[in-house]
Amino acid sequence: MEKTLKKYWPIFLLPTMAAFTIGFIVPFIEGIYLSFCEFTTIRDAKPVGLQNYIEAFKDTTFVDSFKFTTLFAIVTLVLINVLAFLVALALTQKMKGTNLFRTVFFMPNLIGGIVLGYVWQLMFDAIFQKFDTALKLNEVFGFWGLVILICWQQIGYMMIVYIAGLQSIPADIQEAAMIDGANKMQRLFRVTIPNMMPSITICTFLTITNSFKLFDQNLALTAGEPMHKTEMMALNIYDTFYGRVGYEGVGQAKAVVFFAIVVIIGLLQLKLTRNKEVQQ
Amino acid sequence: MSEKNKKESVMENAEEKVLKPKKRTSLWSLLGTVFFTFVSVAFLAPIFIVLINSFKGKAFINLETFKLPTEQSFVGLQNYTEAITQYDFIKAVGWTVFITVFSVAVILICCSMTAWYITRVQNKLTKFIYLLCVFSMVIPFQMVMFTLSGTADSLHLNTPWGIIIVYLGFGAGLAVFMFCGFVKAIPVEIEEAATIDGCSPISTFFRVVLPMLKPTYISVGILEAMWIWNDFLLPYLVLDIKKYKTISIVIQYMKGSYGRVDMGAIMACLIMAIIPVVVFYLSAQKYIIKGVADGAVKG
Repeated sequence: MEKTLKKYWPIFLLPTMAAFTIGFIVPFIEGIYLSFCEFTTIRDAKPVGLQNYIEAFKDTTFVDSFKFTTLFAIVTLVLINVLAFLVALALTQKMKGTNLFRTVFFMPNLIGGIVLGYVWQLMFDAIFQKFDTALKLNEVFGFWGLVILICWQQIGYMMIVYIAGLQSIPADIQEAAMIDGANKMQRLFRVTIPNMMPSITICTFLTITNSFKLFDQNLALTAGEPMHKTEMMALNIYDTFYGRVGYEGVGQAKAVVFFAIVVIIGLLQLKLTRNKEVQQ
Repeated sequence: MSEKNKKESVMENAEEKVLKPKKRTSLWSLLGTVFFTFVSVAFLAPIFIVLINSFKGKAFINLETFKLPTEQSFVGLQNYTEAITQYDFIKAVGWTVFITVFSVAVILICCSMTAWYITRVQNKLTKFIYLLCVFSMVIPFQMVMFTLSGTADSLHLNTPWGIIIVYLGFGAGLAVFMFCGFVKAIPVEIEEAATIDGCSPISTFFRVVLPMLKPTYISVGILEAMWIWNDFLLPYLVLDIKKYKTISIVIQYMKGSYGRVDMGAIMACLIMAIIPVVVFYLSAQKYIIKGVADGAVKG
């Protein structure tokens, strides 16, 4: 079969690969090349060596956005995963209404980042107004506003993954531990969590990469106010490209750095948690 | 699912017998239900607040956000009609539906075929394609946004028809990766039997493989649809936004720094953007939850 199938590549392979080339491979390679050039459109690129990268690192807003994003990623990583895990544990207990609660908690996930950003902006504006201040005036408010928004959006998603993980733990392992005299806490830490490591790997990976790539919510909720101080990396790159004339090269260099950071963090994190996984 | 639930309830029954008297469990579960009811109400509050504000006059939204509409502030459906007439919201919904439906359909057909091919034909090229797909999944969009919008422009892909190709290209990574995982689980003997019975690869795919992949189509379709429906930056940069706007683009446009901000119309738009999603979610919840769980396991 393989031999006959092989001849059919124009039907099976070509459409996807052509689109993949246009939509991903060409822009990606061009992007790397352009990060070493000065340009305003793709046509007028002039190679300038590493200058864009030097300027990117000299730009304090970029370095600040990296710090802001990292701090944000750590805070949301802990909050989302701990809360989602606890909710998943609670909602797999015998209790009335668990299905309804799961439905409710998952819902924000399906709503777009821009819409969510403006929903929460209304809430925060109304609250801060009572104290004669505003979300966009203080970067601490902006930071925690974003944290609340992202937790609200993503806890439901991670909860679903954790529930799927909890349900895939064979009941006999739990029973065996119970017969051996393990109490609830011991079972949680010695049986449930080690067996949940695949789900934990996935959820931590998703929360970290989601936080690093966050754009829509950031644009809608704070738009980087005040003074670029709540700008995350993706928004900073966007602003460099489309907010300042003549900085396209620097923007592209920042994008390459951003890409490298996302890949490295993703790989590191996978390596760290995969080690802790157990075979069932 | 039902088997797992059964297992769980068996486990919990055992737990009750061994560890604790029955009464305490039911008290705790009642407290749990009460607690989570409060949490759920608080959880949905932001959306509810937007809903009540969508019926208030513009001037009242910022002043009394948390109050229910009063006789003074209630304006009926005026915000909605304004959003629809002045900001062409219905048209934006139409384009969003168009782009989402057709992009997802194209992604599903093309990527499942590719995934089947690269799983069944094993050589260096197919392995390389697989790795490329995995690699493309981690790439942040900002890495390619400038060059992608340039490429799309020069190829005249800046229409709702053209953007389907861009979505196929950019969404292929996840789709091919997920389909590969499920194709591997199909026994190759079934396909061989079809070939011996005289099926060409094309009819083998459409008559044998495709029906077996049905649940996967639903899962991948839901993940891609969630992404494309809500996507903002890609259509914003690729589409000719003077002519074509999606829901996210209209909302960002209204709120963006272009002159006065019409809070009433924005509230109405937010609600009109949320309603289709909620309806879709409630009617296809089972599949959505499964899609998310599948996607996470494979991702």
